[in-house]
Amino acid sequence: MLRAFPTAAVFVFLVPVLTGLTATVFPAFGLQPGLDDWSFDFGAWRDLAATPGIGRSIRLSLTTGIGATMISLLLVFSFIASSYDRPGFARARKFLSPVLAIPHAAMAIGLAFLVAPSGWIARAISPWATGWTQPPDAMLVQDSAGLALIIGLVVKETPFLFLITLSALSQANMDRRMSVARSLGYGPIIGWVKCILPVIYGPLRLPIYAVLAFSLSVVDMALILAPTTPPPLAVQVFAWARDPDLAMKFQAAAGAILQLGLVASAIALWSCAARMVAWGCRPFLSNGRRGGSGRLAAIIPGSGFVLLFTAAAAGIASMAVWAVTWRWRYPDVLPSTWSITNIQRHGPDLFAPAGVSILVALLAAGIALALVLGSLEHERRRSLTLGRWVMWLLYTPMLVPQIGFLFGFQILLIRTDLDGTLSAIVWTHLLFVLPYVFLALGDNYRAFDERLAVTAQTLGVGPNRIFWTIRLPILMRPILIAFAIAFAVSVAQYLPTVFAGAGRWETLTTEAVTLASGGDRRITGLFALIQALLPLVVFAAAAGLPAWLYRNRRAMQVAHG
Amino acid sequence: MDKLGTLKLINVGLTLAGAPLFAPLTIDVSADTVTTIMGPSGCGKSSLLAHICGTLPPIFATSGRVELNGVDLAGVAPERRRTGILFQDALLFPHMSVGENLAFGLPAARDGRKARHARVETALAEAGLDGMANRDPATLSGGQQARVAVMRTLLSNPAALLLDEPFSKLDAELRARFRRFVFDHAKARGVPTLLVTHDPNDAEAAGGPIIELTLG
Amino acid sequence: MYPTIERTLDMSPLSRIISVAIGAGLLATAALSTNAMAQTWDETLSAARGQTVFFNAWGGSPKINDYIAWAADRVEEEFGIELRHVKVDDTAAIVARVLAEKTAGRDENGTVDLIWINGENFATMKSGNLLAAPFAQSLPNFALVDVEATPTAISDFTVPTDGQESPWGMAQLVFMYDTARVASPPRSAADLLAWAQANPGRLTYPQPPNFTGTTFLKQIMLDLAGSDPALQEPATDASFDAVTGPLWQWLEEITPSLWRQGKAYPANGTVLQQLIDDGEINIAMTFEPAGASSAIEQGLLPETVRTFIFDGGTIGNSHFVAIPYNSSARASAMVVANFLLSPEAQARKQDPAVWGDFTVLAADRLSPADANIFDAIPRGVATLSPTELSPTLAEPHPSWVGRLEAEWQRRIIGSN
Repeated sequence: MLRAFPTAAVFVFLVPVLTGLTATVFPAFGLQPGLDDWSFDFGAWRDLAATPGIGRSIRLSLTTGIGATMISLLLVFSFIASSYDRPGFARARKFLSPVLAIPHAAMAIGLAFLVAPSGWIARAISPWATGWTQPPDAMLVQDSAGLALIIGLVVKETPFLFLITLSALSQANMDRRMSVARSLGYGPIIGWVKCILPVIYGPLRLPIYAVLAFSLSVVDMALILAPTTPPPLAVQVFAWARDPDLAMKFQAAAGAILQLGLVASAIALWSCAARMVAWGCRPFLSNGRRGGSGRLAAIIPGSGFVLLFTAAAAGIASMAVWAVTWRWRYPDVLPSTWSITNIQRHGPDLFAPAGVSILVALLAAGIALALVLGSLEHERRRSLTLGRWVMWLLYTPMLVPQIGFLFGFQILLIRTDLDGTLSAIVWTHLLFVLPYVFLALGDNYRAFDERLAVTAQTLGVGPNRIFWTIRLPILMRPILIAFAIAFAVSVAQYLPTVFAGAGRWETLTTEAVTLASGGDRRITGLFALIQALLPLVVFAAAAGLPAWLYRNRRAMQVAHG
Repeated sequence: MDKLGTLKLINVGLTLAGAPLFAPLTIDVSADTVTTIMGPSGCGKSSLLAHICGTLPPIFATSGRVELNGVDLAGVAPERRRTGILFQDALLFPHMSVGENLAFGLPAARDGRKARHARVETALAEAGLDGMANRDPATLSGGQQARVAVMRTLLSNPAALLLDEPFSKLDAELRARFRRFVFDHAKARGVPTLLVTHDPNDAEAAGGPIIELTLG
Repeated sequence: MYPTIERTLDMSPLSRIISVAIGAGLLATAALSTNAMAQTWDETLSAARGQTVFFNAWGGSPKINDYIAWAADRVEEEFGIELRHVKVDDTAAIVARVLAEKTAGRDENGTVDLIWINGENFATMKSGNLLAAPFAQSLPNFALVDVEATPTAISDFTVPTDGQESPWGMAQLVFMYDTARVASPPRSAADLLAWAQANPGRLTYPQPPNFTGTTFLKQIMLDLAGSDPALQEPATDASFDAVTGPLWQWLEEITPSLWRQGKAYPANGTVLQQLIDDGEINIAMTFEPAGASSAIEQGLLPETVRTFIFDGGTIGNSHFVAIPYNSSARASAMVVANFLLSPEAQARKQDPAVWGDFTVLAADRLSPADANIFDAIPRGVATLSPTELSPTLAEPHPSWVGRLEAEWQRRIIGSN
C-alpha cells in the first residue's frame, strides 16, 4: 500500500509537466497533432524574433531574475553571517515567516501603492517636505530597468531563502562549527564564510535555482510591478497565450520554449559562476585571514531585513486602510472620508471566493501532506535514500516556467473533460504545493530519532501504530508548518487556477488580480487584505496548536521544533 | 508466561560490505543471569543487539540463528519478538506524560483502564517515582528518566532484555545505583538479559558470564 | 433539441450576404409570424428553466459586477435560470478558451455559455466559427431596437453581426478632465498635442492593445485623417500607410510629453481613471460617456471632473452578448440575452448610480410607461447631453485594429 505513495507523487508531477511541455513544443514548430497537421514550420520563431522589443524583454527578464536572486541571497547570507549569535536572529525568523505566507499578488499591490509617486510614502512627505502639490512624474513603479519588480521579488524571496538556509544550517551543526572557528580566532563573518557557507551551499543549490527560475518567469507580480514597454518575456508570453488570434498561439508556444531556454541558461550560468567562485576562493579558505568583529558590516543586512519587513507590513497596512476608505486623495496621509460601505457592500462577495480558496487549499495541502508523509515513510521502511534525480524531479514544477506547460496541460484537461472541475484545480495546485511540503518536511522527518521508534517497536508496537502514535505526534510542529506553507502556496496560485479552473472557480487571488486591473483600490485592498490574512491565520494556528497542546511538554518545545 | 526463558545465539555473525564485524558468536543467555558482551567501540556490539531486536539495517548481512525460548527469530517482525531494549538515552516519548510512556509499554488493554492505571502506579512506586504519572518526562532528572525507561520496557513483558550501554551517560554514584536497580528487576522477573558495555565495572556488577567480542 | 431555432438558422445564409438589410428583413419576418414566434419563445423559456448560464464578462468594475449580480437575481426569480458571472480580466482570453475547446474537439458542453464581446474579438469568433447560430433576431425584445437609427446594433466595427450577437449597450469615447487643474480642455488632436507639450507628464492613454488605448489611437487617426472611405474597408498596406501617417507623426511629437515620458502606460481605462484621481494626470479618456459621473458618485473621482469630446466628434460603438457554438445552455443564454435587452434591465443599466451605460433601445419603440422610466434617469453631473455627444464617428473595419496595434508596438515599444 505504502509503495503507491511515491508512484502517486511522481504521477502528480510528471503527467502535467510532460504532457504540458509536449503540447507546448508541438505548436512552437507549427505542428498541430489535434488537426493532424504535421508540417514543420519555423514561422512562430520568425514572428517571435520580429516582435518589437523582444531583445529588451529577454534582457529585462534576465536582469530582474538574476538581480533579485543575487540580492536576496547576499542579504540572507550576510545577515546570517553577521547576526547568527545575536538576538536579532531569532526575531528575524519570527517576523519573516509570515511574510512568506503573503501571496505575491497582495504583496505587489501593497508595494506598488507604497512607492508610487502618488503612493503612501509620497503622501506622507508631501507637499510640506517636497513641495509636490501634484505627484512628481517619476517612474518609481513599472520603471524601465525593472527595479520595482526586483524589490518586490526580493521582499518575497528573501524570507523563503532565509528559512531554507536555516533548515540547511540545522543539518550543518552551525553553532558548534562556529564555536570552533571563533575559538581559533576567526571573526564571525569570515568564519562563517569559510566554515559554513561551503558546507551549506550544496543543499541550497536547488532552492536557489527554484528562486532563480521563479524570478525569471513570474507573471502575477510582474503584471503589477514590471515595466510594460516591453514587459518581461513571461508576461509577454502570457499575453500571447491569451490572444484571440490563432497565429499568436504558435508565437506563444515558441515564446514559452524560449522562456524555458532562458531559465535553463540562467541556471547553467549561475552554476558555472558558482563553481568558478568556489574554485577561485579555494586559497582564501586557508590563507589564515581571521577578519574583524564584523559588527559594522552587520548594519547593512540588518537594516535590509528591517526595511524588508517594514515594507511588507506597510504594504499590508495600506490595504487595510484602503478597505475602510471612501475618499483618499493625494497628498492626504490618511483618508479624508472613512467608510465601511465597501466592506458592507463587497464583504459578502468575499465569502464565495474565500470558500473556494480555503477548500482548494485544504484539499491540496491535505493530499500533498498525505503523499509526502506516505513517501517518506515508505522511503524509511525500505531504507531507501532518494537519488539526486528525485530531488530534481520534485523541483521540476518550480524550475519549469508555469507558462511553459500550463497551456498544454489545459488542453489535456479539456480532452479528459476535467477542466473547470475542482479536481483539476486541486491537481494543478498540488504540482506547486507538493515540492514545498517535501522541502519543509523531508529533513525533519529524516532527522527523527529512530531509537524512539526502535524502543516503541521492542515494546511490542507495530510500525503503523508507531507512525500514528509516535512519529506524527512528535513531528506535529513541522507537519503543521508544512501544511501551513502548503496552504499559503495554494492560496497564492494565480496562473494554475486560471488555466485549470476554466475561469469558473474564483479564488481570492484571481479576484484580487482581476480587481487590481480594475483600479478601485478600496475593493482591491479589501480582497488583497483578506487574501493575505487567510494564510497568516493558518500559519498562526499551525504554530499555536502544537505549542498549546504540548504546553506541558518541555522537550516538545525546544528539541523538536 | 515463560518465566524461565533462554536467549540463544548460535554461530551469529554480522558482515558489512563483505567484511565480518566479529568472529561468529555462540552464547546461551539463561534466565536469572545477566550475560555481558565486551569489546572495543566499532566492533559491532550495538549492531548485534539490533540484529536480535530485528531492527538491523539491511546493509548488514547476517549468518547463524537467534532463538528465543526455542523459537527461531529469523523473519519475525521486531514488535513480535518481545525483545526489550534500553539505550544509553532514556528515549522517553517527549509528547507523552510519564504515565502515558509507561502505559505505552503495557500490552493492549485486556484488563480495563483502571487496572492499567494501577499497574502504572505500581511500576512508578517500584521505581521510587510515586505520583509522577502526570509529569512531563523532560522535567525529570537523568536518573529518574532512566528508571522510567526501564519500567516501561519491563511493563511490556519482554522475553529477553537487551542493554545497549544504558549506564554510560550516568555519573559514577548514580551509575552503581541504577545498575543495581536494572539487574534486580531483570532477575526478579527471570528475564534473560544481555548487556553490552565497554566498562569492566558494569560487567563485574552484572555478575554473569562475560564474553569478549573480538574483531572478525 | 430546439427545432424552431434550427429553422431560424436556415435563414442565416441569406443574412450572411447582406447583413444590415437582412437584419431588418428578419425583423419583418419575425413580426409577421408573431404567433409562431411566441410559441417558440415559450419553448425556449421552458427549455431554459433550471439551466445554468456561465456568463463570461469582464469583471474589473465592481459596479458592473453588481449590475450583473442583480440581473442574476432577476433571471433566477423570473425564469428559473442560474446566471453565474465568470469574471474575466481580458475577453480575448475567453475567445482563446473557446478556441482551445474547439481544438480539443469539445463541440458540446463548452464552458462558456454567454460572452460579453464586440469588435475584434467578435470578428475573430465569427470568422473562426466559434459562435452559435444566429439568435438575436428571435429575441422578443430585439423588436425594441431601431437598427436604422442605431446601425451599430447590427454592425460591429463594420462587421455584420448576422444575429450572432445581441446588442447590450452603447459606448462613445469621451475625455475626462479635472476642472480644478485644466481651464479649457483641448477639443482636437492638434490642441491636445499643444496642451500636452505645455503640461508635460499630465496626459497618457491605456497601453494598446487595451481597448480604450486602441480606441484613442483610432480617435486621433480619425481626427487627423478625416472620414476616409478606406476606413470602412479592410486595411491594405497602401491605405494603412496613407491614412495613419499623420497619426504616427502626432505620436512622435507627443510621446516625450506624456506621463512617464511615454515609457510606461497604464494597463486599462480604470487604472487611467485612478491616475486622474491620484492627480498624476489631468486629462484621461473613457469609453463610457457616463463613466465619470458614475465614478464621482462612487467616490472614485473628484467632483471637479467633467467630460468633453472633440469638436469633430468621437468614436462610438455598441457592445454585445454572444453565445459560443458549444454552449451547454443555449436556451437559457438566449433568455438571459433577452432579459438584458428588456426595458427594465436597460433602464437600470443607464442609471449612473448603477452603471451609466447607454441603452440600445429606441425611445419611440418603448411603451409610454417604459419611456417615462428612461426619461426619469438622472444624466449625472459630468455626463454630456446627447446633443453635446454628437457627432458620433463610426468604428473603422476591425482589420485596422490589429495593424494599428502592431505598428504602435513597433514604433513605441520597439524604439523605447
